[in-house]
Amino acid sequence: MQQGMRHLSTLLDEQLERHGLKDRVKINVSGCLGMCHKGPIMVVNPGYTLYGGLEEPDVAQIVREHLIQGRPIARLVIEEDHLFNRFFRIFGDVNFFGKQMRIALRNCGIIDPENIDDYLALRGYEALAKALTDMTPQQVIDELKTSGLRGRGGAGFPTGLKWQITADQVSGEKYVICNADEGDPGAFMDRSAIEGDPHTVLEGMMIGGYAVGAAQGIVYIRAEYPLAIERLERAMAQARDHGLLGDHILGTDFCFELEIRLGAGAFVCGEETALIQSIEGARGMPRPRPPYPSVSGLFGKPTLINNVETWANIPVVIVDGGQWFSSIGTEKSQGTKVFALAGKVVNTGLIEVPMGTTLREIIYDIGGGIPHGKAFKAVQTGGPSGGCLPADYLDTPVDYESLAQAGSIMGSGGMIVIDEDSCMVDIAKFFLEFTQSESCGKCTPCREGTKRMFEILTRISDGRGQAGDIEKLERLGDMIKKSSLCGLGQSAPNPVLSTIKNFREEYEEHIRDHTCRAKVCPSLIAYAINDACVGCGACKRGCPVNVISGRTKQKHTIDQTQCVRCGLCLATCKYDAIDKV
Amino acid sequence: MLTKDDPKLDQLKQTIDQVMQKPYSDSYLIAVLHKTQALYGYLPEDIINIISVDMNIPTAHIWGVATFYHYFNLTPQGQHRIAICLGTACYVKGAAQIVETLKQQLKIDMGQTTADGLFTLRPARCLGACGLAPVVMIDDTIHGELTPKKMSDIVNKHRRQAKKK
Ligand SMILES: Cc1cc2nc3c(=O)[nH]c(=O)nc-3n(C[C@H](O)[C@H](O)[C@H](O)COP(=O)(O)O)c2cc1C
Ligand code: FES
Repeated sequence: MQQGMRHLSTLLDEQLERHGLKDRVKINVSGCLGMCHKGPIMVVNPGYTLYGGLEEPDVAQIVREHLIQGRPIARLVIEEDHLFNRFFRIFGDVNFFGKQMRIALRNCGIIDPENIDDYLALRGYEALAKALTDMTPQQVIDELKTSGLRGRGGAGFPTGLKWQITADQVSGEKYVICNADEGDPGAFMDRSAIEGDPHTVLEGMMIGGYAVGAAQGIVYIRAEYPLAIERLERAMAQARDHGLLGDHILGTDFCFELEIRLGAGAFVCGEETALIQSIEGARGMPRPRPPYPSVSGLFGKPTLINNVETWANIPVVIVDGGQWFSSIGTEKSQGTKVFALAGKVVNTGLIEVPMGTTLREIIYDIGGGIPHGKAFKAVQTGGPSGGCLPADYLDTPVDYESLAQAGSIMGSGGMIVIDEDSCMVDIAKFFLEFTQSESCGKCTPCREGTKRMFEILTRISDGRGQAGDIEKLERLGDMIKKSSLCGLGQSAPNPVLSTIKNFREEYEEHIRDHTCRAKVCPSLIAYAINDACVGCGACKRGCPVNVISGRTKQKHTIDQTQCVRCGLCLATCKYDAIDKV
Repeated sequence: MLTKDDPKLDQLKQTIDQVMQKPYSDSYLIAVLHKTQALYGYLPEDIINIISVDMNIPTAHIWGVATFYHYFNLTPQGQHRIAICLGTACYVKGAAQIVETLKQQLKIDMGQTTADGLFTLRPARCLGACGLAPVVMIDDTIHGELTPKKMSDIVNKHRRQAKKK
């Protein structure tokens, strides 16, 4: 802009006027594209041609040759490393974005998610058109295999292989499903991806339907996400109006229908066989695999299930090619991963980084570190199925193998930063309370085992832990992992086992010394009023059990024998007069 | 109690009629239960019996499904539904104190409704607003970055508004 773009835009306007293109070309004066050294810059859509170093005569030439004759002008195109090109042309070099790379979220925050024209302007449905007209289903699958894309829902199964197996089944009826159940309590990647760019997911699913030979797609989404549901519905209606959904899509023989089914708040329904049960209208109980859904899934028919983020990657793989996609990331984990960064970190939010970025880069460079000068303690990935990694592991690159080796998992993308104010026994207990109550109850190791583990953890955090409890937890955990029916049980002990492995001394302190160093576990701490007390009486009025006494304007005291350690007094006090001891 | 011409019931019957036209109509049971809850706020027993007959699904199966999923309420709900997030991010940022504040202020436990029928308190697992933790959702509105003080102010505001009406 500073380099005379306003002038160029007026020129462009005149040129369009002269050629009678005014109502067919829309000029968007965009924000910074982050390549200030190459300015002035112009992007021509569709096709996303990036022109740089423009001078006045160039404008007329672009209109004449590119807009009218459809021939981009090679001389003016900025050739950058493709990988950076795609990213920079959208986001620029802001610190928060500096280490990021957006593929699945490429349009989020950029387009109006309620307007299909915005999506179309950024090469939307180009992948679908390319697949339907230039590629056979097998070529689509081969492209996916080349890309190395792996499932983003947690397990990291190679997507191309899954598609191949589903395509190879002989059946007149097949289904594709988008898993948008997002069960991890502390993650919001899928919600944001759908809310920000619903068409990408739909386009991915249609390509999937074409590749495996399915005519019906289903999005299974949490009922807790009303806005995402609304945007999906609107996107479906718009796609239908544009001939992109329904019978004979884009004039080809390919017909595809989509339907939304709502979840109803059960974590286990994120597991694919349970999800299928739920769509069938039953209790969401997993069943043993094999047969895998690819062979026998919804209504007993071959079914392709992928996660939201996996689907969102598909159009990019098709348009930009598997080869390009596989150049991003690490050798075994290609592409990028979206994380929901939350907890004790300065910049919370959704981020997308190339696989292989280290935890340190994510937490400190992108996340801005820990607020209030506190010390980093652990980072939790993978939610209730994952683990907590301490500071020693901060240089672990995020990819499927490295995280697993470090004792956690990639998971679906939840990433919670934990500082010194959290107790690791308490965190383990938190997750186990969750999995234990979400266990569907079908298999004994998971149903009973997690309950026993939870009891032991409760005992420890209450200061009633016994020697040998840690070993008992390890033994039980190991057993549950080996003998449970589905992924829920097989991974439920992970938060406990990983905190024992990395923070064993905290467990020992609880058991042996009856202390909680983070001052979290209620039974092991007390609240006391110090000399800063001005006697305002706020804590006294707020105390739910009325155990605080003292006259107005005099120091108050807490009756320790009656106190339930809810911590409300500490939260109410404006004078820092209450300490945890 | 149900009356003969209940407009909500008509709406529900319409939904049922629609899904019965589709292949695998049984599979829409959960969708029908969602519709029921949207209309009535919970799943009344009389309605379950009607669904059972109309969809030709045993009530035992319907109750099995209804009790499996946390989203479905089996008792009438308060005028305002307070869902307090107990997801990881909120937990790490002090959701426990918000729970304590609410329990004390409303004098009810999780899953209960206040005597005046104004509030129902229930836990939620991540409302997808982790960046704002700790978070509660009252009806359809998210309130974030809560402190015990902010929380009780919000409850009081709802109480005052209810009084005005
Ligand atoms: C207990 C449990 C919960 C799961 N929750 C989810 C979920 O919320 N979202 C998801 O996409 N996959 C979830 N999965 C993984 C799915 O079973 C399945 O692997 C995935 O949807 C496949 O898609 P992908 O290959 O694209 O990752 C869960 C698995 C288990 C065992
Ligand atoms: S953990 Fe509370 S909104 Fe996500």
